[in-house]
Amino acid sequence: MYLKNALRAATALTVAATASAHAQSLTIATVNNGDMIRMQGYTDQFTEQTGIEVEWVTLEENVLRQRVTTDITTKGGQFDIMTIGMYETPIWGANGWLVPLTGLSDDYDVDDILPAMRNGLSHDGTLYAAPFYGESSMVMYRTDLMEAAGLEMPDAPTWEFIREAAAAMTDRDNDINGICLRGKAGWGEGGAFITVTGNSFGARWFDEDWKAQFDQPQWKEALSFFVDMMAESGPAGYATNGFNENLSLFQQGKCGMWIDATVAASFVTNPSDSTVADKVGFALAPNKDGVDRRANWLWAWALAIPAGTQQEAEAKQFIEWATSKAYIELVAANEGWANVPPGARTSLYETAEYQAVPFAQKTLDSINAADPTNPTVDPVPYVGIQFVAIPEFAGIATQVSQEFSAVYAGQQSVDEALAKAQAITTEEMEAAGY
Amino acid sequence: MARAVTANRKMINTAIAWAVGLLIFFPILWTILTSFKTEAQAIASPPIFLGFDWTLENYSIVQERSDYMRFLWNSVIIAGGSTLLGIIIAVPAAWSMAFVPSKRTKDILLWMLSTKMLPAVGVLYPIYLLFINLGLLDSRFGLVMVIMLINLPIIVWMLYTYFREIPGEILEAARMDGATLKEEILYVLTPMAVPGIASTVLLNFILAWNEAFWTLNLTAVDAAPLTAFIASYSSPEGLFFAKLSAASTMAIAPILILGWFSQKQLVRGLTFGAVK
Amino acid sequence: MATQHSRSAARLMMAPAVILLLGWMLVPLTMTLYFSFKKYLPLRGGDLGWVGFENYVRFVSSSAFWPAVQATLVIVGGVLLITVVLGILLAMLLDQPMWGQGVVRILVIAPFFVMPTVSALVWKNMFMDPVNGLLAHLWRFFGAEPISWLSEASMTSIIMIVSWQWLPFATLILLTAIQSLDSEQLEAAEMDGASPLNRFWHIILPHLSRAITIVILIQTIFLLSIFAEIFVTTGGAFGTRTLTYLIFQRVLESQNVGLGSAGGVYAIILANIVAIFLMRIVGKNLDA
Repeated sequence: MYLKNALRAATALTVAATASAHAQSLTIATVNNGDMIRMQGYTDQFTEQTGIEVEWVTLEENVLRQRVTTDITTKGGQFDIMTIGMYETPIWGANGWLVPLTGLSDDYDVDDILPAMRNGLSHDGTLYAAPFYGESSMVMYRTDLMEAAGLEMPDAPTWEFIREAAAAMTDRDNDINGICLRGKAGWGEGGAFITVTGNSFGARWFDEDWKAQFDQPQWKEALSFFVDMMAESGPAGYATNGFNENLSLFQQGKCGMWIDATVAASFVTNPSDSTVADKVGFALAPNKDGVDRRANWLWAWALAIPAGTQQEAEAKQFIEWATSKAYIELVAANEGWANVPPGARTSLYETAEYQAVPFAQKTLDSINAADPTNPTVDPVPYVGIQFVAIPEFAGIATQVSQEFSAVYAGQQSVDEALAKAQAITTEEMEAAGY
Repeated sequence: MARAVTANRKMINTAIAWAVGLLIFFPILWTILTSFKTEAQAIASPPIFLGFDWTLENYSIVQERSDYMRFLWNSVIIAGGSTLLGIIIAVPAAWSMAFVPSKRTKDILLWMLSTKMLPAVGVLYPIYLLFINLGLLDSRFGLVMVIMLINLPIIVWMLYTYFREIPGEILEAARMDGATLKEEILYVLTPMAVPGIASTVLLNFILAWNEAFWTLNLTAVDAAPLTAFIASYSSPEGLFFAKLSAASTMAIAPILILGWFSQKQLVRGLTFGAVK
Repeated sequence: MATQHSRSAARLMMAPAVILLLGWMLVPLTMTLYFSFKKYLPLRGGDLGWVGFENYVRFVSSSAFWPAVQATLVIVGGVLLITVVLGILLAMLLDQPMWGQGVVRILVIAPFFVMPTVSALVWKNMFMDPVNGLLAHLWRFFGAEPISWLSEASMTSIIMIVSWQWLPFATLILLTAIQSLDSEQLEAAEMDGASPLNRFWHIILPHLSRAITIVILIQTIFLLSIFAEIFVTTGGAFGTRTLTYLIFQRVLESQNVGLGSAGGVYAIILANIVAIFLMRIVGKNLDA
């Protein structure tokens, strides 16, 4: 006990010496996305309005997950607000680890949040995290290359068309790849993409008894299709490409098509970052001809308050500010409508100025076309489109996607990878007691 | 080396050594150069070596996003504090091992080293819980303790090997002259061991500075050092080579400069008793 | 010379270091052992009771276990081999008379000062990126197809990055050892007509043996637990999942603390097997 007290005293000294500014400040853990970084720039205005100081802990996505998960499961209390996604929110909410976002002000207009986002961030009808921005996925393509190939992109293409167009646009001598897609290991990277691709071929992760389904023909078809198409028209080394790598390739004009998060639309059409800003068209994510599900996901980066924080009221105040209509207008006034955080509010899509933004309508259509409660052709026991909202999923899907990435890198065959995926998933589900 | 060497031979040596040295240093040089380019020039094909428009823009963007000085200060405190504390605890231990050895001295020494083999990720959960209970999360004090404990075996061992090279007769002579134990350590032993202590300090400062698991996982705001600073730059959206380079340069520059200025001490002392 | 008095003083002076390290070892170890016998799933309500050796059995019987042990040994072995061999060559080179020796030495030891995270990031993005990386440019310049380093040659890439970080350390220690070599002995051998290779084999190498064991011992301790380099570059994909990384996946990604703790115990056992093996050699050398 003496040691404990001595340590406590020493800590108290250190804390007293260093953290006098901590009295009225919120600690917010967040991800280093463009929209989040931008928000940090505007926090001064929040502090001015409310007198509440804000301290940011900005981390790369994987590090952030590791950090906030450790803290929430051990009730470490390091953060007053955490940036989490649609996967974590319902699970943590169900465990009672998050403060329910009820009693928000009338001004905030919680009913304005897009229904798809609100559902995805709720558990049993209670909202646990407020979406800062939301996304689905869609096809972004180069209008000039499409025209040169003599093809026309339909509003809702099929995988067959995508593959044909990709092959036609590919010009390896000039460093143009017909299609760029995520192959990077990780459940939120390549794992998410191959899962929605699976959905659009009629595959699913689990049957209604939680049995892994990688031994089913739909998975084999989906994975083989993906691998073959990327071999024909994809960039070299796509097995390590994630969102950032593909964004960079597309901005440099090295991709004919890119199927990825709808938020990317504002980056690829921004002339200061993108060399192809004025030549980008949009379409819904594809499906296999005849399959009634498209390869589009649903995701939101949202702000949540861990239960047990000392500054619940202040934290709520911040969340209301950051995810409000007023914040959207603030960004629009300073950076233009194309740069506001998208996909969170209905009213944004009713704003005339925003409707004029080229990708606005397709983004909304993609979001509306995603149904997390009904993600696959065959019935499933889970919620979530590109993920399965159970705690074990992140671990399983990361390992499964590593096996798939090994296929993309040419290190094993589709059959080997699927057999391993089946074994890993079965093993882990057993360990979890299903 | 007293051998006569022809100028020719020396020239060849020089050429090869410089070529190898530059090759090894090149990744760092390239990072520093890239940090002064624009994002477009950073990925230009073919790569531009020197003929680009030098800009400080990346540094100002990085600074705007994160307050560099705060992270730097935490790094200095954590690395410095843990090294200092480690030395204070290790000097007496190394002294007694070197000058009053017993049968078990070597076993103790090897056991100390073996505590370094505990894989950090395996004990993250227990340590995190412990830190919560002791109220040490995100405190510099807690990190100073952890990093000190991680490096303590290395410190003890290095000091032990230096002390062993000091002839025992000198100490005995001092004792005959009536020096107390404290005086013996302070006025006789320490001055003789200064090069060894200096290089021990340097090496452990570097190791502590670069420790990237605990410093990242046990901190949030108040105690976050440069390893946490760099964790927010690993993959921002879009083109980021230049910004990544700027952040990397900022993270490694202080220790690089320190290392360069003190490389003589480091080289002289870094023997781990390998030389007798 | 050691009186009873100085013995007890010595014990007293060793006490702080020993007690602290004992605590640092025992507290986490006890807690790890405790968790390893529990079904402990933080996301499913935490402590779900005792399960005996179930976690241990599950961890070893997992298809990922043996490949992980193998990957660990390959990385440690590969890096040791490269750093020791290149370190000896480099140390001998730096020992030669030349102009600007100090500057060259600075250049060579610089990588040691770079944080593992930073060096992994720099290598991954600016050198090994198959499109914009410098190595890709170099390959293209010679008309070759750029390699996607981290997927096609994942193990080689990681060994390369880690070796780059540790080569300076090995070089420094070996250089200090070479400098202490009696030059008269070498000259005598030279006059006796011993070939350079012979001199290296019979005089230099035996002289370095102690330094080499030290390099191997210290580096092994650090290499067994490398994490940042893998986390940043491949995330454990493409056969680079080491035992440390597998434990990380169990604890943090799968959120199975019990299973991960059992893995931690295995890692400690593996580390100690390696350690005993090493200590045997070093222990002998320490007596010399």
